[in-house]
This record gives sequence, structure tokens and C-alpha cells, in this order.
Amino acid sequence: MRAALAKFWDGDLAWSWRHTPVAIVATVLLAILLIASFGADVLAPHNPFDLATINLIDALKPPVWHPEGTQEYLLGTDSQGRDLLSALMYGTRVSLLIGLAAVIGAMLLGIVLGLISGYAGGRIDALIMRIADVQLSFPAILIALLIDGVARVVVPGDMHEVIAFPVLVGAIALAGWPQYARTVRGSTLVEKNREYVQAARVIGISSPVIMFRHVLPNVLGPVLVLATVHLATAIITEATLSFLGVGVPPTSPSLGTLIRVGNDFLFSGEWWITIFPGAALVLLVLSVNLLGDWLRDALNPRLS
Amino acid sequence: MFAFILRRLLQAAGVLLAVALLAFVLFQYVGDPVMIMLGQEGTPAERDQLRKDLGLSDPVIVQFYHFLTNAIQGEFGLSLRQGQKVSTLLRERLPATLELSIAAALIALLVGLPLGVYTALKRHGKLSQALLAFSLLGVSLPTFLIGILLILVFSVSLGWLPSYGRGDTIKLGWWSTGLLTKSGWTHLVLPAVTLSLFQVALVLRLVRSEMLEVLRTDYIKFARARGLTRRAIHFGHALKNTLVPVITIMGLQLGGIIAFAIVTETVFQWPGMGLLFIQAVQFADIPVMAAYLCLISLIFVLINLTVDLLYFAVDPRLRAGLGKHSGGH
Repeated sequence: MRAALAKFWDGDLAWSWRHTPVAIVATVLLAILLIASFGADVLAPHNPFDLATINLIDALKPPVWHPEGTQEYLLGTDSQGRDLLSALMYGTRVSLLIGLAAVIGAMLLGIVLGLISGYAGGRIDALIMRIADVQLSFPAILIALLIDGVARVVVPGDMHEVIAFPVLVGAIALAGWPQYARTVRGSTLVEKNREYVQAARVIGISSPVIMFRHVLPNVLGPVLVLATVHLATAIITEATLSFLGVGVPPTSPSLGTLIRVGNDFLFSGEWWITIFPGAALVLLVLSVNLLGDWLRDALNPRLS
Repeated sequence: MFAFILRRLLQAAGVLLAVALLAFVLFQYVGDPVMIMLGQEGTPAERDQLRKDLGLSDPVIVQFYHFLTNAIQGEFGLSLRQGQKVSTLLRERLPATLELSIAAALIALLVGLPLGVYTALKRHGKLSQALLAFSLLGVSLPTFLIGILLILVFSVSLGWLPSYGRGDTIKLGWWSTGLLTKSGWTHLVLPAVTLSLFQVALVLRLVRSEMLEVLRTDYIKFARARGLTRRAIHFGHALKNTLVPVITIMGLQLGGIIAFAIVTETVFQWPGMGLLFIQAVQFADIPVMAAYLCLISLIFVLINLTVDLLYFAVDPRLRAGLGKHSGGH
């Protein structure tokens, strides 16, 4: 284990990481956000969803450096007296979970369709790629919004809170698969004619096994780079949908929902309810984006 | 050439038909229109009669045909929420969205293009680096957050600009414009800037990378060797060759701008189609949703088709290479 770690530390990727200050800063930032959000149950100063501990008297308290702020609520409270810092930690977790799930969904769908498309060729290939073409000509957020909107109409109103998460994840995943499919298809077309694939075919291994056991590992590199960049987009998409009021319900708010709720208080002077979730969202997206940029450059020496 | 155009047209028609089918399924099978119109009190006989009158007992193909012919004429029935004709609602909202989108596209082009050229020519300058960092931030910031920040600074804190609605509008036939009144212009500033910021960053980065690419080519080196002025090289040769991809991307982005207008319109309560659509989604107002779906697809397909054809007309290489690559891509 230690040997493996040492080897990794001396490897190209780790070397590039150690010599890119932006990547180090982004990693530290992301690590802080990950720990704070996934450790929210332990680390959060309050439980914003425990109705027993919420007191309306504490509503709309400003942050601690403000003359009216208190030590108890470092970043102030919202209109129901919930601690904003705690709500942020839980909200970041919701945003991250939905983003991650959507990216994994899009990745799986894209990989399978891309492999089939590249390996099978012919009509199946033409059909899948045509659908991808058409879908790529529409912005992902519009597709996600449409899928989300249709799902809301199909499902009866009282079920909305239950299905909000799967619908969001599904909408963002369905909106994101074509890019993966295109990348995987391109690499598969190259790999398909390599000798190891021909050898596997000669000894009688079935097509699905060749595709997933032999070709897949060789086309994963670009997919992982794509996934990092897509994670940032997915988080933004989720936040946007939640801000528009068709995403995560206020009962278990994501960062986008928090911003939506806070937006109502912008004009009455309680800016912190909107600005802190907004800042958390920007930090999250920015750190993921910077890491993605670095990973792309590090894995692709031809670019630099 | 002819085959290329024909294939594009067929593809466009296919997309529109698929969207229409989706809208039709939504329209016809989600929620029972008979129950909605008659309510709980209707007798079974009344329901059957209405069903027949509405053409709901016809074969599905016939119903789809009726839906299509109505859709082509812009008729999508009544809005469930507002009780008005959907076509009227959309026509009232269309000018607001188009004025906002075109203003944003113009800002993106007029600001992004010069800045992109500047950052490419002065690659290592301090200002270029700052602009580049700003553009990364512009791509990372979600549109709605930009809008909120602008409202906080320019409306709440400074009180310079309005943050809500469209201001005074003047009717020109059925087109209501805000561009002829001072209040209309002041109301346009914040939403247009919000909508354009992402595009400005995008155009800046695109022009910069294209420009850097072109500046490395042999014909630019040759132009330098010929002793042409920097001005002639940069603007006569380099910029001209970066414009084709930039115009293509901008054309395609126009669709993106119209889509993102949904977000901007919600932030600023701008009375456009996007706001109408979001409200329709929240209230499950199916006719409005179906109509918006068809309209936005039509706009997108038209834009893509135009860009494809324009590209084809502008770039001779495409025409020459078509014989080789016509087997799909």
C-alpha cells in the first residue's frame, strides 16, 4: 500500500499536481467543501431541519461581524431562524450528490451507447449519433428543464417532493449523455482495429465482452476528464432548476433552493441569505472547473 | 450540394415532427381534458358528447393530424391557468424575449470581439491576464447569480437602475417595444447585461484562441516577411480568418441565449416567453408548455439550418470536401 502510494506520488500526474499552484488551491478548496458538506451531521453547529431547535425570535439575524449579529449564528439566519452556515453545509451536500449522481448516470448511458455505436457501426451507429447530434444542438439546460417540466405534469402534485430528486438526476443525466457517447465512439473506432481486439475476436470472445472488458478500459481516459467538467455544469444546472422553482423542494434545500428563498429578502436588506449560498455555489463550481482544466492539461501533453 | 441541403431539410423536418409528437402526447394524454373542462359534475352522456365534439374518439392518427394542422396555424387551445388563447399569450410575450435576446447578442459581439482580439495580440500583458481570469469567472458564474448580484449592486445599493419588469412599452401593431421609451431602455440594461455576460466570456475566449491559431500560420509569417504593417496583418489577414468560426458559434449561441432568457426573465420578472414557460411548468399548464416546446424547437431548427447553409456558402473547403465526407459523420 505504501509502495503504491509512493509510486503514485512520483508519477507524472502527481508531479504535475505538485507543480501547479492553481490545482493545489482548487484541491484544498474542494476538500474543505467536501468535508464540510458530507460531515455536516457532525460538524454543523445546528440542525436546520430539527424544528424543535428553531426559534422564530432568531429569524433574520445578520452575520457575526455585523453589530446585531451573534456568536451563535456565524453567517446569520434566514427568515425562519435557521442557522445559515448549517443550511449551507447541508445544501452543498444536496447539490454535490445530485451533481455526482447525474454525472454518473450520463456517463454510464453515454459509455454504453458510445461503445455500441462505435463497435457495431452501420445503422445503429447512424441512429445513435443522429440523436446525439440533434440533442447537442439544444442547450443542455433547456433539455433538462423540458424533461423536468414534463415529469412534473405527468406525476400528481402530492408526489412532487418524493420524485424531485430522481427526476432532477434523470433530467440532467439525459441532457448530458451525448458528449460522452461521442467521445467514447471516437476512441472505440480507433481501438476496434487494434490487434488485441482482432485477437480477441479470433479466439471467439463475444462482442459484449470485447466491448466492456477489453475496449472500455482503453477509452476511459478522456471520459474522466469530461466527467470533471460535466460535474461543474451539472451542479450549475441543478442550481438553476432549483432557483427557477422546478428543482429541489425547500424542505431539503440545495444551494439553488437557498438562493431562491433568499432572493425574496434582497430588497429588504437581508443580503446574506442569498449571497452566502451564492458564494458557496461559485466556490464549488470554480474549484471543480479549475481541477478539470488541470486534469485535461495533465493527461493530454499534446495540448500544452 | 443539393443532396446536402435536402438531407438537412429532412433532418430538420424529422426533429420538428418528433417534438410535435411529444407535444401531442403531452397535450392529449396527460390529464383528461374532458374532466378539466366539465369538472366533476358532468354526466357520462355529456362527457361522451364532449369527447366526440373534441374529436377524442377519432383514431390517434387523425387526432395527431388535427393537432399538427392546428399547430402549424399557431393554435394550441386555451391556457389552463389564464383562460386566454395560447397563441395570443405567446404573441404578447414574443417581442419582450426577442428584444432582450438580440440586445444580449449584440453586447456579446461588440464587447467580446474587441476584447478577444486584444487578449490575443497582447498575450502576456497584465490587462490580458486579468481579462482572461474574468472570462473564466464569467463561465463559472451561473446566470441567475450574475443577475442577483447586479440587482444587489445597481438597484438595491446604488439605486441607479430598475430591476423589475420592462418599463413603458409602445405598441407598433401587435409588437410592443420598449426601445422607444427612456424607461424601456433603463429596464433593459440589467437583464441584457446579465444574459450577455456568459456569451461575452465565451466570445472572448473563442476569438482569442482562434486568433492565436491563425497568427501561427505560414501565411501570417509570410505577410510579416513581406513587411506589411502590423495593423494590416492583424486586422486584414488574421481577424478576417477568425471570423467564420466566430460567426458560426454566435449564430448557434443565439438559440442558447433564447433558452437562457428563461433564467434571466425569471430573475428580473421580464414578461417574456421564458417567464410564461416557467409559470406554465409550475402550474402544469400543458397547452402553454406544448406550444412553447414547439415554438422553441422551430426557432432552434431554423437557426441551425441557417448556420449550416451559411457556413456552407462561406467556406469553399466544405463544398470541395463534400464528395469525400458525404457518408455521414
